[in-house]
Amino acid sequence: MTDVRLNMAKVEAEAAAPPRRRPGTALSRERAAWGFVAPALIAIGVFFAIPVFAALLLSLTDFDIYALADLHNVRFVGLQNYERLFANPLFWGAMKNTGLFAVLGVPLSIAASLAAAVILNARVVKWRPLWRVMFFAPYVTTLVATAVLWNYLLHTRYGVINWAIASVGLPPVDWLGQPENSIPAILMFVVWKIFGYNMLIFLAVLQTVPDDLYEAARIDGAGAWKRFTNVTLPAIAPTLLLVSIISVAGFFQLFAEPYVMTQGGPAQSTVTVLYFMYEEGFKWWNLGSASAVAFVLFICILAVTLVQLAVAKRMGAYE
Amino acid sequence: MSGRRIRSLLLNAGVAFIALLVLFPLAWMVSVSFMSTGEAATFPPPLLPRTWTLEHYRDLFVTQGMGRYLWNSFALATLATGLALLFTVPAGYAFAKLRFKGRERVFQLLVGALVVPAQIGTLPLFLMLKGMGLVNTYAGALVPWLASIFGLFLVRQYSLSIPDEMLEAARIDGASEGQIFRRVVLPTLQPIIVTLALFVFLGSWNDFLWPLIILTDQSNYTLPVALAALSREHVQDVEMMMAGAVITVAPVLILFLALQRYYIRGMLAGSVKG
Repeated sequence: MTDVRLNMAKVEAEAAAPPRRRPGTALSRERAAWGFVAPALIAIGVFFAIPVFAALLLSLTDFDIYALADLHNVRFVGLQNYERLFANPLFWGAMKNTGLFAVLGVPLSIAASLAAAVILNARVVKWRPLWRVMFFAPYVTTLVATAVLWNYLLHTRYGVINWAIASVGLPPVDWLGQPENSIPAILMFVVWKIFGYNMLIFLAVLQTVPDDLYEAARIDGAGAWKRFTNVTLPAIAPTLLLVSIISVAGFFQLFAEPYVMTQGGPAQSTVTVLYFMYEEGFKWWNLGSASAVAFVLFICILAVTLVQLAVAKRMGAYE
Repeated sequence: MSGRRIRSLLLNAGVAFIALLVLFPLAWMVSVSFMSTGEAATFPPPLLPRTWTLEHYRDLFVTQGMGRYLWNSFALATLATGLALLFTVPAGYAFAKLRFKGRERVFQLLVGALVVPAQIGTLPLFLMLKGMGLVNTYAGALVPWLASIFGLFLVRQYSLSIPDEMLEAARIDGASEGQIFRRVVLPTLQPIIVTLALFVFLGSWNDFLWPLIILTDQSNYTLPVALAALSREHVQDVEMMMAGAVITVAPVLILFLALQRYYIRGMLAGSVKG
C-alpha cells in the first residue's frame, strides 16, 4: 500500500520534471518532510492530545488536594464524580446559566451582526471600509480590560447606561446586583464586544449577492423589508445557520466575563460551566471532579458541532 | 428621487448610531483615565475631565508594578509568536506540499481534533507542568501556543496555492528541501505569516484563563491577570482602573489597526472557507 503510494509519487514527480539530474530521492524528501512536521506534531501530542486523554482518566479518579501533595492518595472511583455532579444543584445551576447565555446571546448577537452588516452593505453609506474596521475593533480588545470598563458603565448610581435610561424617564436598574438582571447585563457587554466578528462574515457573503437580484425585486415593487426577506435572507441562510451554531459553542465557553464582572454572583446567577470548572479545580483543588465537568462541557460542545457538520453537509454550501 | 435621499439619510444615521454605541465605551475609558480621583463617581457622569491629570498612570507604574506586568505581557506575546511560527509554518507547508507516509491519515486526525476545546486538557496539563517544575514560569505559560492546530491549518490552506512547478524547478537546480523552504516558500508565505503572527500575539496578550492558572506569583502576572486582581482590590478607584484598562488595550488596538488588512483577510479565510 505504502510502496504503491511512494511509486506513485515518484511517477508523478518524474512526469512533472524532465529526467535530468535528480538530487532529492523520494526517501530524502520524505525525511525532510518529517523534519518539518515532527516538532508541531510532537507539541500537539504532548501538550494537547495527552492532556485531553488524561482528562478523561482524571475524571474517573478522586484526585484532590491530598493527591496533589502525595500521588499515593489517588484512587480510581469509576463514575462517582459524574454521579455526584449530576446530583449537585450548583452544577445544574451552572448548566442552566450557560444555556440561558447561549439561548439569549446567540440570537441577540447575530441580529446585531446582521443588522450592522446589512446597513454597511448599502452603497449609499459613506466611508464603509472605515466603519468596517471600527465596528470590528472591540473584538480584538482585551476581554478583562473591557469587562472592567463595562462594570463601571453598568454601575447602578454613576453608570452611563443608567444615566441614558434616566434621561428617558425610567428608573435606574441594578444591573449586576440583581439575579434577574445580571445575565442581560453581561450579554450587553458580550454583544458589544463580539458582534463585529460575525458582521464581517455576513458582509463577505452579502457582497456575493448579485445586485441584479435587488434591482429585479425593486422593479417588482418590493419594499426594503420585502427585499431583505426575499433576497438577502435566502442568500445568507446557510451562513446564518452555521454562524449561529458556531456561536453556541462560543457562548458555552464564557469564563472571564463572570470572573471579572460578578464573580459568579449575585446568588450564583452568572456561574457558567467553565467558571464552575475553574472553581472546582483551582479554588477547591478537586481536579478529578473538575475534569468530569470539563468532559460534560466537551460532550455538549461536541453535540453542537456534530449538528453543525450534519447541517453543513446537507447544505453543501460551506465552500 | 427623494425616497432615495431619505433612504441614504436613514442608513447613514444608522451607521452613526452604531458607531456611537461602539466607540463611546472606549472613548469614555480614555477620558476617565485622565480624571482626578473620585471625579467619575458623580451623577450625571462627566464625559471629560475638569482638569487632565496623569496621576493614575504614574500611580500604576510607580506603586502598582504596572511596568512589570506590561513587560511580562510583551515578552510572553513575543515569545509565543516566535515559537508558534517556528512550529506551525514548516508543518503547515509540509502538509500542503510535501509527500510523506501517513500524511492524509495524520491530517484527518488533526481535523478531528479541531472539535476538542483546549480547555478540556487544562487540568492534566497543569499537573503535567507541575511535575516538570514549570508552574509559575514563562515556559509553562507558553506551552499551549506550541500546539496550534488552527495555525497549522491556516498555513496549509495558504501553501496549497504555491505552484508545484516552482518547487520542482528549485529541486532540479539542486536545492535541498531546507533551502527551498527558506528561499522559495517563506517569501511566498509572507502574508499568511504576518496574519498568523498577529493572531498569536493578540491571542497571547488577551489570554486570561491559562495565565491565571499557571502564573501563580504576582511578579509573573500578565496585564489581564494583574488587572483582574487589581479590580477586585480597587473597585472604588474608577479612574485608576480605567488607566489600567487603557494600558492593557492600547497596544493591541494599535497593532490591530496598523495590520487590520492581514487580520481580517486571515479571519475570513479561516472561518468562511475553514
